[in-house]
Amino acid sequence: MSAATATPATREGATQRRSPTRLSTGLDGTLRWLDERLGLAKGGRTFLDKIFPDHWSFLLGEIALYSFIVLVATGVFLTLYFDPSSKEVVYHGAYAPLRGIRMSAAYASTVDLSFAVRSGLVIRQMHHWAADVFLGAIAVHMCRIFFTGAFRRPRELNWMVGVTLLTLGIVNGFLGYSLPDDLISGTGIRIAYSIILSIPLVGSYLATLTFGGQFPGNGSIIPRMFIAHVLIIPAIIAALIGAHLGLLVRQKHTQFAGKGRTEHNVVGIPAYPNFALKTQGFMFVITGVLWAMGGLAQINPIWQFGPYEAYKISYAVQPDWYMGWLDGALRIMPSWEFVGFGHTIPFEIFLPAVLFPGLTFTLFYAWPFIERRITGDRAEHNLLDRPRDRPRRTAIGAGALAFYFMLFCASSTDVLANFFDVSLNLVLWSFRVLVVVVPVVVALLTYRICKDMAGLSGVGKRKRPVVVRRSATGAYMTEPAAPRPGDGHEEPEPEPVPTFVQLDEEEPEPPGVRRVARRV
Amino acid sequence: MSDDVQRNEQPDAAHPTGGVPVATMTDPHMQPYARHPARAEAVTGLLLLVGVLGFAAYGAVYFVNGSTQWQAVSLGIGFIAFGIGLTAWGKYLLPQGPFVEERHPLAASQAERDALGAAIVDRGRLVFRRRGFLGGLLGLGGAVMGVVLAFPAIRSLGPLPKKTFDHTHWRRGVRLVDIDGNPVHYTDLETGGVLTVFPEGHVGDAMDQTLLIRPGGPLPGQTQAAPIVTAPGRETWGPQGYLAFSKVCTHAGCPVGLYQKATSQLLCPCHQSLFDVGAGKPAVPVFGPAPRPLPQLPLMVDADGFLAAQSDYHEPVGPGFWERS
Repeated sequence: MSAATATPATREGATQRRSPTRLSTGLDGTLRWLDERLGLAKGGRTFLDKIFPDHWSFLLGEIALYSFIVLVATGVFLTLYFDPSSKEVVYHGAYAPLRGIRMSAAYASTVDLSFAVRSGLVIRQMHHWAADVFLGAIAVHMCRIFFTGAFRRPRELNWMVGVTLLTLGIVNGFLGYSLPDDLISGTGIRIAYSIILSIPLVGSYLATLTFGGQFPGNGSIIPRMFIAHVLIIPAIIAALIGAHLGLLVRQKHTQFAGKGRTEHNVVGIPAYPNFALKTQGFMFVITGVLWAMGGLAQINPIWQFGPYEAYKISYAVQPDWYMGWLDGALRIMPSWEFVGFGHTIPFEIFLPAVLFPGLTFTLFYAWPFIERRITGDRAEHNLLDRPRDRPRRTAIGAGALAFYFMLFCASSTDVLANFFDVSLNLVLWSFRVLVVVVPVVVALLTYRICKDMAGLSGVGKRKRPVVVRRSATGAYMTEPAAPRPGDGHEEPEPEPVPTFVQLDEEEPEPPGVRRVARRV
Repeated sequence: MSDDVQRNEQPDAAHPTGGVPVATMTDPHMQPYARHPARAEAVTGLLLLVGVLGFAAYGAVYFVNGSTQWQAVSLGIGFIAFGIGLTAWGKYLLPQGPFVEERHPLAASQAERDALGAAIVDRGRLVFRRRGFLGGLLGLGGAVMGVVLAFPAIRSLGPLPKKTFDHTHWRRGVRLVDIDGNPVHYTDLETGGVLTVFPEGHVGDAMDQTLLIRPGGPLPGQTQAAPIVTAPGRETWGPQGYLAFSKVCTHAGCPVGLYQKATSQLLCPCHQSLFDVGAGKPAVPVFGPAPRPLPQLPLMVDADGFLAAQSDYHEPVGPGFWERS
């Protein structure tokens, strides 16, 4: 502890070594039982003392974590009512406009769990919103990690675990979106089939094996997607989240530079009770927001789309937001098909839908090593960068974000053409140009801004307001405004988490004495 | 508590609690973050109370089977208020710190690593030393096991593609039927009309789906219309002003669902590929990512005046794949 700033009271308390807290017999017995079997006393207290740095951007990963918990809870509810089968049924359920129509059991059960199960619609829509929020939080969390350099040594592995989580999240989101077998998601599966089919050499084999035959296959794709969506991929995601958090505890948090914060410590609030209470509250807030969205904001109203029929199609549809960049890439890709030597390589699909995402995730995985190669920086980093202090990385990141955002926008070419009443041709060619130009411009601008901020004094510091006065002769003068509450507040030097707290109401006991319940 | 014993402990740095201070409530680190703790406590209490009321309100809404919106509002407010209350409790009423913990190097000494490496290598060599034959068998066993397990794991999933991609159910003389299974008479479609058709007996089939359009019709006062020729060699494919194209987009396989009568163009709504149809235009893509024309189905009018196929498509329908020549 730092003696320099400790108050006399603390010093006195420390030197007197008041007796530790007396535990109740029950708690002492329980802890003894557990400690003798698990050896948890030492590690347990270290865990309770784990320090969480206080910064708003550290919440982003928590949003993803709690969205996942919501996804599991709502998903279990949905499995109780969903029938993962493409068996054809004639609908006689709760939703009158669809009665008498032939559809798959999957679609019929999804409609019925929305209308005939109490709170079913809220929970189904909450599940869908939670998936969108889950991936959104992962994406923004990943940006935070990227722009602050938190992926550097020793955290490269955790970055790669995170990239894997993003990939699996996107895949599982698409699978879940496809399960209801409505007209729009069915079209998505049709496109997915064509994407698998486009892979040179093995595409037709992979496609028929996955679907159990040529599209639409032998009806096994829905049960197959179901088992992947509810068991295989979530189990992997849960295990990887465990690894993600385990590495986080093992390597401890990063933190921004500041008073008392060094490469060799972590400053913030302890896991128990401060962080535990805050994060538990935050979990409830996220759950509440998702629940409210589930009941107030309609998403994926499949009963309006109708069941999937291979010959039917809807207009002006987009996939869920996290698939937008892939759909956009498919749309603006020129029609370059290679035909020759008795074979066809459909580059117009294979390039944007297989190679491009493959390259994207490979680059994500490799980024910590690419950057290390460029900068030659092999040192361990526990203090975070401010984005403006790393202009090149920040420019590259901003350019990449602009690139994927342009592709995302390109997934709405038809909607944009209709909305602005311009030709589809113009919109398409605009995007083919913009997708190259915008990222370059954004990257250059970002680099310029970072460089300019580096030369400015007082950037990022709290601004003191000034009062501007005008004299009788017309001259302007400024003077500092009166201090506001909290202006003079100085953060104390950080100290270790105290094990024993002398609460006011407790009577002091003789020094060095501890009551211990002992069983004979 | 007669079996309680009192134990003397000397301050000892080696003891888990040794050197750890006992904080008192006057320590600045133990002060709450809130400037007015009493006020913060009141607000926290209020939020938790609203939360409890929200939870209870949801119970009531559920009981009376209230609307989705009321379910959302009641439980949503409950969760959010309760959560903000807990967060405020943790942020404003608990010791503000800041607290610190030291990092300890993750890596052990070089000697420790050497020992681990040596353990792996030495014991590994112990296993295979002068037992290359056993090692080979181990490798062989792993390989054979992997290959045979791939059969149930992968091969059982579905049939091999074989030649299924090259053919549809269209054959010579097979009638065109609509989604209800009714055959299409050559007088059924107006000029500019469009209809999704299937080979008789395969209504709704994903690969057989075909778009029947009638870009040209009989002249006024006549019942017969001239055949439409989209390309050389297809002189007889478009009898009575009818044309039939595969409805499976050559890009990603979506149904090419939109027929624009004014421009005689087919649009795929998925990725906006546009195909020109009509006389002299064998559904060539004029816009978007589709690489190939839609295959054209050769039509004929049978003895009863119903439309039928002359043959199967002359090429595989739908998106490209490796084996397509």
